[in-house]
Parts: sequence; C-alpha cells; structure tokens
Amino acid sequence: MDWPALALSLQLALATTLILLPLAVLLARPLAWRSFPGKSVVEALVALPLVLPPTVLGFYLLVAFGEATVLGSLYQSLTGRALVFTFDGLLLASIIFNLPFAVQPVQRAFDAIPREVREAAWCSGMTRRQALWKVELPLAWPGLLTAIVLTFAHTLGEFGVVLMVGGNIANETRTVAISIYDRVQAFDDHGAAIMSATLVAFSLVAITAINMLGKRIGHRG
Amino acid sequence: MAEAAAGLHARLSQRTPIPLDATLSCAPGELLALVGPSGSGKSTLLRCIAGLHTAADGAIRCNGNTWFDAAAAINRPVQARRVGFVFQSYALFPHLTAQENVVAALGHLPADGRLVRAHELLARVHLDGLEQRKPAALSGGQQQRVAVARALAREPAVLLLDEPFSAVDQVTRRKLQQELARLRADLNIPMLLVTHDLDEARMLADRMTILHKGNTLQSGNPDKVMTQPDNAAIARLVGLQNLFEGTLVSEGGGLRLAWLGHRLEVARIAGAAGDRVAWVIPPEGVLLHRRERPSRGEAENPVAGTVQDCLRLGPFTQIRLLPEGGGEPLAFSVPTHVAERNGIAPGALARVTLLASSIHLMPWEPPAEARTG
Repeated sequence: MDWPALALSLQLALATTLILLPLAVLLARPLAWRSFPGKSVVEALVALPLVLPPTVLGFYLLVAFGEATVLGSLYQSLTGRALVFTFDGLLLASIIFNLPFAVQPVQRAFDAIPREVREAAWCSGMTRRQALWKVELPLAWPGLLTAIVLTFAHTLGEFGVVLMVGGNIANETRTVAISIYDRVQAFDDHGAAIMSATLVAFSLVAITAINMLGKRIGHRG
Repeated sequence: MAEAAAGLHARLSQRTPIPLDATLSCAPGELLALVGPSGSGKSTLLRCIAGLHTAADGAIRCNGNTWFDAAAAINRPVQARRVGFVFQSYALFPHLTAQENVVAALGHLPADGRLVRAHELLARVHLDGLEQRKPAALSGGQQQRVAVARALAREPAVLLLDEPFSAVDQVTRRKLQQELARLRADLNIPMLLVTHDLDEARMLADRMTILHKGNTLQSGNPDKVMTQPDNAAIARLVGLQNLFEGTLVSEGGGLRLAWLGHRLEVARIAGAAGDRVAWVIPPEGVLLHRRERPSRGEAENPVAGTVQDCLRLGPFTQIRLLPEGGGEPLAFSVPTHVAERNGIAPGALARVTLLASSIHLMPWEPPAEARTG
C-alpha cells in the first residue's frame, strides 16, 4: 500500500477544494445573475474540461506551465519553484480541470435564489457582503456541498491530466491513481487491488459523510 | 419650502426597458395608491424609489434628502435610502424563522436590543407565538405580516407596498387590508401602494395616481379620480361604466348637454355651445322611477328605455337600460326587491333620472382604437 501516494492525493483534493470553492462563488454569482458581453464564452470555457480528453487538457497545461512561458517564468521568479512536475503545478492543473465541477452546481444554486430575496436583503439594510454571508450562501448551501463532493472525488480520481502535468514523482506528484497504474504495470495486482479498494472505501465514506452533513444542515436551514 | 421638502417627491423618466414619464408626491402619513393595468410601470416606479432600478432621468427626494438626481449624478444605494419594501412575493428569507427575518433588518440597533424589538414588531402584526416558524410553515397571510414587520423594522423613511394583497384569498385579503388601515394610522411616513385593484385603492388610499404606459395621468382623491376623471382615457382605465358622448347646446340662457335627443341638465358645466364632450355618470347617479307612483324630482333629466338585461347579484340587481333613441346602454343597480316590485325584466320599459349633480363632463377625444387604426 502506497500510503504517501494516498496522503498526496488527499492533500491535493483538500487544497483544490479549499482554493476552488471561493473562486467558484466569485465566478458563479455574475454568471447566474448578470448578463455581460462574452458571458457565453466564459460559460463555454468553464465547461471545456468536461468535454476535453484529459490528455489534451494536460498537454496544453504542460505547455503553458513550461519555464519558457509567461506563466511558468512568472511563477518561477515569484516562488523559486517550477510548475511542471511539481505539486504546485499539479494543484494549479487540478483547479483548472475541476472548474466545471465546482462552478456549475454553485451557479445553479445562485440561479435558484429569487432576485427579490436578494433585493429584500439590501432593503433590510444589509450590505452586499452581509447579504452574501447571511442570505445567499446559506440558500446556496446544497449547491456548494455538491461542488465540494464533486471536486474532491474528481481530484482523487483524476489520472490523465495528473500524469501529463505532474509525471510520476514519489512524494511530489505521484497520486494514488498514478500509483495504482504503476502497480498494475509492475504486475503487482495485489498492491493495486488493496489501493483501489482503499480508494473506493474512502470515497464512499467521504461522500456519505458529506451528504449526511448536508441533510442535517439542510434540515436545519 | 420646508413643507414642500417633507415627504417623498419623485420625477422619473426613461425609454427602456419600460417607458416611464412619471411624477408623484406623497406626504408623511399619506397613503398613495399607484393604480394602472399590468405593464403600466407601477412596480418599476416603486423599484426606482427603492434604488433597485435606476431611471435614465429625473430625481427622487425624501424629506429633503436627495436619493437620486440624474443631472447631478447622485444615486444613493438601496441601503442608504431606508425604505421598507413589501414585495409582491414577500421575498422572506426562507432559511430564517419569522423572528430572524425581522432581526435581519434590525442591523441599525445594538445587538442586545434586536430580539426585543423583533418581538414587538411581530406582536404588532399579530404574529406573537409564531416567532420560531420558518416561512414555509406560515400561511400566506402570516407570511405577508412577517414581510410587513420586516419592512417596518428598519424604521423606514418611506414604506413601499408592491401588490401586497394579491397572493392571498379574498377573506385573508379583507383582513390584511383592515390591518394595514389600522397600522398606517401610527405611521407618519409616506406610503406607496401599488395595486391594480381600484376598490382596494379606494378603500385604503388617501390619494391615488393613475399610471398608463409609464405616464402618471391623474392624481387625486380616489373618489374624485373615479367619479370625475380628467379625460375619457382615464375613465376607461378606471373601468367606468356609462361613458357617453354628447354636445353642449345653449338653452334658456344656459348650457345643456345634448344626448340622444335629450337636453340634459348638468350641475357643473363649462364650455361653449357646439363643443363635443365625453361624459360619464356613475351607476349611483342613475335612479329608477317607480312604476306606479311617479314622485317629485323625477322631472330631473328623465330618460326612458328598454331593459336590455338584468343580473341578480345577491341583494342587488344590475340593470342595463337601452335608452330610447339608440346608443349604448345605461348601467345601474337597484336593491333586488325594488327591481322585482317594479317589474324589471328584459324587454320591460323603464324610466330613470340622471342626477344633474352626478354627470361629469370631459373633453372629447377619439377612442385609442380609432386613433391608431
């Protein structure tokens, strides 16, 4: 059992979810409530990772992250670290390929909040920020929960993009999905089976726990 | 000048998305009804005052404070305007209890005083005991009361009510209307009520403003607007029956209204002989003559005709009388027993008096269909 790979996967999933959720809220609100030029292009870009083969997305990210590119060199000069074949690059790639899984459910949730309810919050004297925390986020909670579950589970399971951008470096970019592939390649079916079963069990427990939490909060709210 | 500044004064115009060219004023303690058909811009006007919509041009002032002035580029945000807004759908916060809904609008009070104040407000709208219920567990009428309590919680400078009675049944509506009538007696702020129900406006409002296609056509005492509209278009908008055309003629040194060969006496008459006019008479101004015993006063504008139809509506019977000489029928209503005693039935002959004091003359104008078609 490759425990470091499992730990790395969990770390990646957690970091992706924590960073992506506020980003998704920022992106989803204008998409749900405003109309602006280029809105459908933004929506299409957000949805793109759903339809692209992970290797294609991974290839473009690999190219974009290279040290010769603006993004790669900027990151290098800011942090002293590279984006390609590092955990940092893996995290950035993970945030990008999870965009639709986080943004779409949150967008639908904000879309379902009647305009008058938000306006009533402003008329009640709440600032836009207070309205967000006291009214919008509690009402959008089921959508946020869906985004959390989907992002977390999808990050744990992603293979193609991870392999393209991160490669297979132990303790740096070797996630549990890559490790399972590694075991199979090495004819270690037993090792692969144990890790697969662990991943299934973990995912099942995590999703069940989050759903139960959601129901309790949903019942309260 | 100080008197002019008190209350709410708005002048707004825009072309899109809904054309607006409206002027209104509402004094402190006054309830002004905005009445008009759907799409006439009533709700848009209310949203402009609240700061939820920005008109292209105009100004809004409340108690001397400028909330909006397009020319001076002033547009205060919703939060800074202190409006109490009761939405048509109530727009309660569904995840909060009745009490929390009201507390949410008490941000201006210190935290330890909010619960007490919310309790007072909910008691004021007769919701004591239901503080801990969520909106979904409240009836439509109770939800509306929470919305009113929440709107009052801010100690608003103006209360805006957007068709607040449209989503409840008739019995609840009457009850809520009575409650509003009682509640408003203690409120010394301008109150604006958007409604398409003329009876509601007549019952609750001190003044009413008729809106049509974004234009404020006439403002005034509801009874006056509904019995003495400025023109035939307003008469049609407020659904007045008995709208006819006639001509002024001089007779016996004075003016009379010539209509289907009659020379009608009119209490308030102005103009010149030969003027074409539109005129209206409320059903209350049409009196049925008794069949057997003609009495005094029946010499006043007597008109004979044939009953076209009569409709019994509980204790009253609605009658449509086709006057001799053709033309549109006169509508009026009498107690059902009176109709029966006088043998009112379709085809029967009957005579009525048109009260000179009830006839209202307006400038003649072609109906809209004729103008556009």
